[in-house]
Amino acid sequence: MTPEALTGTRIRERRVMAGLKQAELARLAGISPSYLNLIEHNRRRIGGKLLLSIAEALGVQSSLLSEGAEAALVAGLREAAARRGGHSAELDRAEEFAGRFPGWAELLVDARRRIDALERTVESLSDRLTHDPHLAASMHEVLSTVTAIRSTAAILAETGELEPEWQDRFHRNLNEDSRRLAGAVQGLVNFLDAAGEDGANLTSPQEELEAFFGGRAYHFGELEGPSADIDALLDGDAAPVSTAARATARRLLERYRADAVAMPLSRVARVVARDGPDPAALARASGTDLAAAMRRLAQLPADLVPAPLGLVICDGAGTLTFRKPLDDFALPRFGAGCPYWPLFEALSRPAQPVARLMAPAGAGPRLFRGLAVAQPASPAGFDRPGLFEATMLIVPVAPSAAEDAPALPVGVSCRICPQPACPGRREPSILAEGF
Amino acid sequence: MGKRVLVIEDEPNIIEAISYILSRDGWRVHTHANGHDALDVIRAQRPDLLILDVMLPGRSGYDILRDLREAEGLDDLPVLMLTARGQAKDREMAERAGASRFMTKPFSNTEVLDAVRAMVPS
Repeated sequence: MTPEALTGTRIRERRVMAGLKQAELARLAGISPSYLNLIEHNRRRIGGKLLLSIAEALGVQSSLLSEGAEAALVAGLREAAARRGGHSAELDRAEEFAGRFPGWAELLVDARRRIDALERTVESLSDRLTHDPHLAASMHEVLSTVTAIRSTAAILAETGELEPEWQDRFHRNLNEDSRRLAGAVQGLVNFLDAAGEDGANLTSPQEELEAFFGGRAYHFGELEGPSADIDALLDGDAAPVSTAARATARRLLERYRADAVAMPLSRVARVVARDGPDPAALARASGTDLAAAMRRLAQLPADLVPAPLGLVICDGAGTLTFRKPLDDFALPRFGAGCPYWPLFEALSRPAQPVARLMAPAGAGPRLFRGLAVAQPASPAGFDRPGLFEATMLIVPVAPSAAEDAPALPVGVSCRICPQPACPGRREPSILAEGF
Repeated sequence: MGKRVLVIEDEPNIIEAISYILSRDGWRVHTHANGHDALDVIRAQRPDLLILDVMLPGRSGYDILRDLREAEGLDDLPVLMLTARGQAKDREMAERAGASRFMTKPFSNTEVLDAVRAMVPS
């Protein structure tokens, strides 16, 4: 069933959620209750002015009724099914499910993500208990000291006539070992406490970072001024906890601060007002490189850009190192992205900007422009080659502004991408049919 | 003249306690605390029994034991392996490396005495 075919179902769901009777909504929309009944049972197609009237009466955007659930939510459901092997879920009805029961769908996606996070926590703690060299050394210290104490105490307690010299020696050893044991146990407790604190939030460092950046809508007003203090930001309540995430956050925030200095908000606002979210225009106006301009545009306050912009950065191995997804342009939470993203095309031809119109699978008729460039990340030397980093800005394209040029079909990741016979496919899709 | 036992263990107070109880039982005890030159010491001492810790500075007890089993004249030396880890896989590793017997810390003096008496009958 196509997303449009379920418009009536969504109207019914929204009406019930709003507490309106069919007759009331019909009156507000200027149609008869029986006609609304036909629409709600998907027996009449609906569009144009009538759809706008019903959407207005329901207090929602018409696109929510006509296009259904957010692609990100549907992608989340499919990801949840993929993680379970997708055997029992009706994958072809994910769109319908998300459209009819968005609250339940979000709950399911959130629960699946929570399970993923907990599984990784268990795995990580188990790995630490098994392989952590500090823990192994601490345990060895404790057990060796206990062994020495046990043997020495037994000699003192069970040997009838112990020579005074040996007696003194063993007493001294016992004293030494008991002190060592206390220190070793204290060290072990400290280690396990620290592991527990890390483990309480133990997602991956990348997820910690995303939660931190996402919680701030990717914008840091504190770093815009001349007295920008990264340490204060990292000491804040919502800052990442793990050492790895904090180190990466510091590097990213230092880069943010440098971008903010090179491209002050006032100038960026003027450029965006004149040229739209165009990284080339911003780079020219500021004398910066394209990647810096893309990062700056993607991390502006929401009121400075006509629509939210997505951003994804990868290293030379193709590993995603920064993700700012959009509602209708999901980015994979694990593993690699779609090899057809312009991001990877840019990586294969460094310093040559790439622009592609993209049609993400599952985003309905929505189109996005992918603007990408790969730039040096570290200089080359005679002993080693230079490294590159690719950056892609994801710009939503208004339907009215979409060109006639065909859009490049892209996906999130192969496992939940329905594109048939895709040359870039790394593994089979769990989706038997298309969206 | 008692049988000779070589104890290779880096924990001085364990060495002292084991040395004491084995000496009282009639063994001639030699000790060593390093892993890296342990094989040379074993060759030089030619003990009747070796008590070998797993975690040693310089070289692990498993590595020493593997080389020992390939050394001429030492391949049948009884070896009591001491370890702080008592999991099945650790026991298996000790057996694969050629340990005659395996003992997990913390052990009692009686357990050590019983083990060495069983391994090298007087």
